[in-house]
Amino acid sequence: MNNRIINWFKFASPQTFYPLAGKMIPWFWALTAIFGLAGLYLGFFVAPTDAQQGEGYRIIFIHVPASWMSMFIYLVMAFWAALGLGFNARLSGMMASALAPTGALMAFLSLWTGALWGKPMWGAWWVWDARLTSELILFFLYLGFIALQSAIDDARRADKAGAVLALVGVVNIPIIYFSVKWWNTLHQGASVSLTRSPSMAQTMLWGMLLMALAFWMYSIAVSLTRVRAIILERERHAGWVEELEELKS
Amino acid sequence: MGETSLLAALSAVIRRDLLLAMRRKSDVLTTLFFFVIVVSLFPLGIGPEMDMLRKIAPGVLWVAALLATMLSLNRLFAADHADGTLEQMALSAVPLGVLVTGKVVAHWLLSGLPLALLSPVLGLQFDLAAGSLGVMVIALLIGTPVLSLIGAIGAALTLGVRGGGVLVSLLVLPLYVPVLIFGAGAVEADLTGLGATAHLSLLAAFLALAAFFGPWATTVALRIALE
Amino acid sequence: MLEASNLECVRGEKSLFRGLSFRLDPGACLMVQGANGSGKTSLLRMICGLSQPAQGEIRWANESIRKLAEEYRGELLYCGHAGAVKDDLTALENARISATLAGAPVDEDAARQALRQLGLKGREDLPARVLSAGQKRRVALSRLLLEKRKLWVLDEPLTALDKSAVEKLCGVIDAHLAAGGMAVLTSHQDLPLAAGRIEHLRLD
Repeated sequence: MNNRIINWFKFASPQTFYPLAGKMIPWFWALTAIFGLAGLYLGFFVAPTDAQQGEGYRIIFIHVPASWMSMFIYLVMAFWAALGLGFNARLSGMMASALAPTGALMAFLSLWTGALWGKPMWGAWWVWDARLTSELILFFLYLGFIALQSAIDDARRADKAGAVLALVGVVNIPIIYFSVKWWNTLHQGASVSLTRSPSMAQTMLWGMLLMALAFWMYSIAVSLTRVRAIILERERHAGWVEELEELKS
Repeated sequence: MGETSLLAALSAVIRRDLLLAMRRKSDVLTTLFFFVIVVSLFPLGIGPEMDMLRKIAPGVLWVAALLATMLSLNRLFAADHADGTLEQMALSAVPLGVLVTGKVVAHWLLSGLPLALLSPVLGLQFDLAAGSLGVMVIALLIGTPVLSLIGAIGAALTLGVRGGGVLVSLLVLPLYVPVLIFGAGAVEADLTGLGATAHLSLLAAFLALAAFFGPWATTVALRIALE
Repeated sequence: MLEASNLECVRGEKSLFRGLSFRLDPGACLMVQGANGSGKTSLLRMICGLSQPAQGEIRWANESIRKLAEEYRGELLYCGHAGAVKDDLTALENARISATLAGAPVDEDAARQALRQLGLKGREDLPARVLSAGQKRRVALSRLLLEKRKLWVLDEPLTALDKSAVEKLCGVIDAHLAAGGMAVLTSHQDLPLAAGRIEHLRLD
């Protein structure tokens, strides 16, 4: 029992985490490919044509997983931020910083696919429905986090300030979602939801789940790669970095 | 730390900030002028049809109040940071949260309160019904303290950071959205006869939440900025 | 009473100092010296608890200052480079408000007396904006007389002071040390302190 606890803290140091992450990354890319191919196959070839929306609806196989991931990544980011702040752990802060661009990308993808879907469906490039609007605000929260961290020169201060912002954001997100939902139902008669198809065939659900898994694996692979880059940058004066094989050339 | 000295410190902070603002009135007045100017820009940009202006009045007034509050955020901590007073507050035997609360209260007295009191005049420019003007004032009176409380967190996070003014906007405006929705929504609800009580109660709930968590988050952010 | 062990200070990428330890007993004064940029101010801010050392610990009465937090701050008085003097307030208002914000309000007479003792007689009701740099520093230092604290942490307290002011300040510090207080200060000049209880710490 004791051994397991000690091992956990051992990987909390950038020095030991760096090679571990390096070993894990290829596996996550493989999983991304597997889930992605399966999900795309299901979504674009197997799932039936929608009675109302024709073929165009298939974009939900990108849109919905991207939305899920954008929200999920923010939670994970806030979790690492809280750990970094609470335990003064450098690696946790780096992990949060590594996740932010991927989360922002997911949010942007969700917004973009939402617009692409909206145009053939309702003739407008943008619809101010509750989900898209909340997604837009989430995108702003990501941008704010990234902007704050890049504006602060000192890495430690940037980590901690970003952590506070992420935690304030996490607390506010339910409130924002709730407010936007209220605002939307108030101002629109029938709320048109991009995901509320009258009947969601099993295959559609499976397709979205597989794509969500693919995006998740992708996010982990990319974030681990990014955190390794951050580790190298921050710790570049440490002895162990100068000993690395890949840097000696 | 005795309760009397905590209260003494709190009121001293408020009085000090008010005193400093009175001796340098331009800061406060520019916030108010900005509010007035921004509100006037909308008819110029959209057209003077009274029907439309009446409809957009609550939203316009609230957005202008948001922007005016945000502009005034940078003077919340910047001056004290520059002359070392903020450090002294962080080192005081009085909890920093108490002193921060005092500064936020003073900030509201100098920005949110005047905005709320000025809003009926601007509402008349948009032909807002007299009864709804009252709701507008109340909504602003409840909502603007929330703006100051949340804004303080942003101001503390960006203390001394380059590009601080614009950066604060990016950080804080998304967090202002709920207040905007329910603040403007309260006036609209009153206009359509539905009654603003639900909206105002929610705004009051936001105020309670912000008053409870805001100073604490701001204190954490300040200590990070002072390291 | 004040103890530091194995302190390391990292500024940006560089480690300014490491393995720094010292101990300060009541009645003693620690004089920190070193070239510009050697970390003197950083060390003082660590002692105040404003910043955390990259390594090591600071203890007050055998307890870590991070745990003591507010209790420790109640025993501490810090006078930094920036004097914490507001230009738009008079010298008297500055002195009184500083004391109230620190948790120990003083009345007008006490404040006037402290300002007079530091050579600001006749200037108490002038806005700090019109005071000279040396006079502003004296307003900042009036806190030493008004707030009764055990540990004084002073960063370059002699800046802009003329000879008589330097003498007055050293008299104040001497009295503080004699009464069992402690002081940590940085200075490029030598302080003509009476007591032989000065320990030197060089950072470089």
